[in-house]
Amino acid sequence: MSSSSFLYTRRRITNLVALSLSMVATLIGLIFLAWILWETLRQGIGALNLNLFTKITAYGEEGGLLNAMVGSLIIDFIGIAVATPIGVMAGTWLAEYANRTSLGQSIRFLNDILLSAPSIVLGLFVYTIVVLPTTTLTSGNTTFSGLAGGIALALIALPVIVRTTDEMLRLVPSTLREAALSLGIPQWKLTLQILVRAARSGIITGVLLALARISGETAPLLFTAFGNNYMTFNPMDKMSSLPQVIYQYANDPGEAMHAIAWAGAFVVTMFVLLLSLASRLVLSRNKVSHD
Amino acid sequence: MQANVGVAASTMAQEARAHRDARHDRLFSWLLKGCALLVLACLLGAAGATLWGGRHAFSTFGWHFLVSDAWDPSTDTYGALVPVYGTIATSLIALLIAVPVSFGIALYLSEVAPPWLRTPVASAIELLAGIPSIIYGMWGLFIFAPFFADHIKPWLTNYLGGKPDDGKLSWVAQHVPFVGKLFGSDYPFGASVLTAGIVLAVMIIPFISSVMREVFQTVPSRLKESAYALGSSTWEVSWDIVLPYTRSAVIGGIFLGLGRALGETMAVTFVLGNAMQLSPSLLDPGASIASTIANQFSEAAGLQKSTLMALAFLLFVVTFIVLLIARLMLRQLAHKEGR
Repeated sequence: MSSSSFLYTRRRITNLVALSLSMVATLIGLIFLAWILWETLRQGIGALNLNLFTKITAYGEEGGLLNAMVGSLIIDFIGIAVATPIGVMAGTWLAEYANRTSLGQSIRFLNDILLSAPSIVLGLFVYTIVVLPTTTLTSGNTTFSGLAGGIALALIALPVIVRTTDEMLRLVPSTLREAALSLGIPQWKLTLQILVRAARSGIITGVLLALARISGETAPLLFTAFGNNYMTFNPMDKMSSLPQVIYQYANDPGEAMHAIAWAGAFVVTMFVLLLSLASRLVLSRNKVSHD
Repeated sequence: MQANVGVAASTMAQEARAHRDARHDRLFSWLLKGCALLVLACLLGAAGATLWGGRHAFSTFGWHFLVSDAWDPSTDTYGALVPVYGTIATSLIALLIAVPVSFGIALYLSEVAPPWLRTPVASAIELLAGIPSIIYGMWGLFIFAPFFADHIKPWLTNYLGGKPDDGKLSWVAQHVPFVGKLFGSDYPFGASVLTAGIVLAVMIIPFISSVMREVFQTVPSRLKESAYALGSSTWEVSWDIVLPYTRSAVIGGIFLGLGRALGETMAVTFVLGNAMQLSPSLLDPGASIASTIANQFSEAAGLQKSTLMALAFLLFVVTFIVLLIARLMLRQLAHKEGR
């Protein structure tokens, strides 16, 4: 009797310790989240001023981030503009045409791998296929460009969009397809005018998530868009972006540069968090309207 | 007569239309298929481009490339050992920290926490995954590395390391092999292999814990209830029922985190110190494949550029294999569920 009550106590204590440790683990996660967000807010808001939005990086400590913000918007826009049509079409093919085929299954599988592939290698890939050939064409001047940066980001956004499109289309009830096909509608019309519409808010969510993902990307931009010190709207020119300027300024020894980098980090974080919030809202609104 | 012509004309029009629709359908499906194949092309292209770019390095150094710790731009000799070691060391440290913490989070959120708390806490943890890596880098460089240097590192060097400040070796450093070397360092700053590992751990915790939480929820409740009915405690149900049932997917989730950690660039570049040296100490700065590329590629030329491409190829192949294993493991559970 005493040995069994000893065993019982031991089991209860093990249980208690393990469950308390699980709570500690959750607290650790939350503490790091709070720590990172708090410091980004504190340092970022402390460094915010009007110069950031009105001056370009050429002035250094006295300057701002205007050209980097404009560059980021242009590069992100190119990335999304390239990745969205390709991603939506590829996702549609996976869901509607190749759902059960072996080629479709393998591409879906490889797309999931591309989703977490190292972005720096994708950057080197774009460097090889975009920057190097144009460099050869222009007789040796290395032609880093905002366009190359946008294409690199498109490769990162692509698998996100493919995956959400694929998943959202597979959620569309098949009675919708059958009803349309029984009326004699060709499949392309069914896909474009009925299925994509039914899954529209899901697809928009995917695009927003992809935008959130690429707007903080730095590594592939270092050797595709490269960065500059002046204002440019020309995508064929070198272009700076917020993450790239943050990286550059954070490695600078000057304290004033660090402050600007923190302000940039704050802007990027807010942008990304608002985007993920927006994507959730789009999805939840869709759920309500369908029920 | 008249009616016949009308019928014939409308049949012809119908046939023409059917033909046109069939043609459009074919074109449309080809277009979609082409886009899907682009995904394949991206993967193959990334591997091919880096292999092609690294061909000079591979042919110059041969297999010796993988085991050489040389990195000297003045004599143009390069080896992959230092960055490869840095990549593996930081990722393993990250896993050592992230796996138990993620398991704890998943356990808490699926078995322990009151239901009203689960969704908000889970979303908060997932928010960690949404923070861009450059922010982790900034936080690591300006906040965490100094904190580490002031509070954690002195403790580690004095109580575990082989080179304590007061010269007196601790009991652990004297009696446990390797520990003295791992935590001995003369380097005064916070950037180190261990710092990078910790920052990486924070980055991959949300990935691993969300996979674990998801698969824990797929465990049929009658299995758990049977165990509870036999008198099991919550911990026993989690350890003996939930974990074995979801083992393959949990391993898949861990590999997914490993894949992320291996390829992570910005956060690591900020806190690793970027020293092309091989040091046994985890408190010394080092270099990873991704940080070396990020630091040196823009200024590199010739053989050095080719070496960096070769490193990128190695990284890509290793990450690909790790992620492949991860996805295969995760798929096993999906099959089990009959999905």
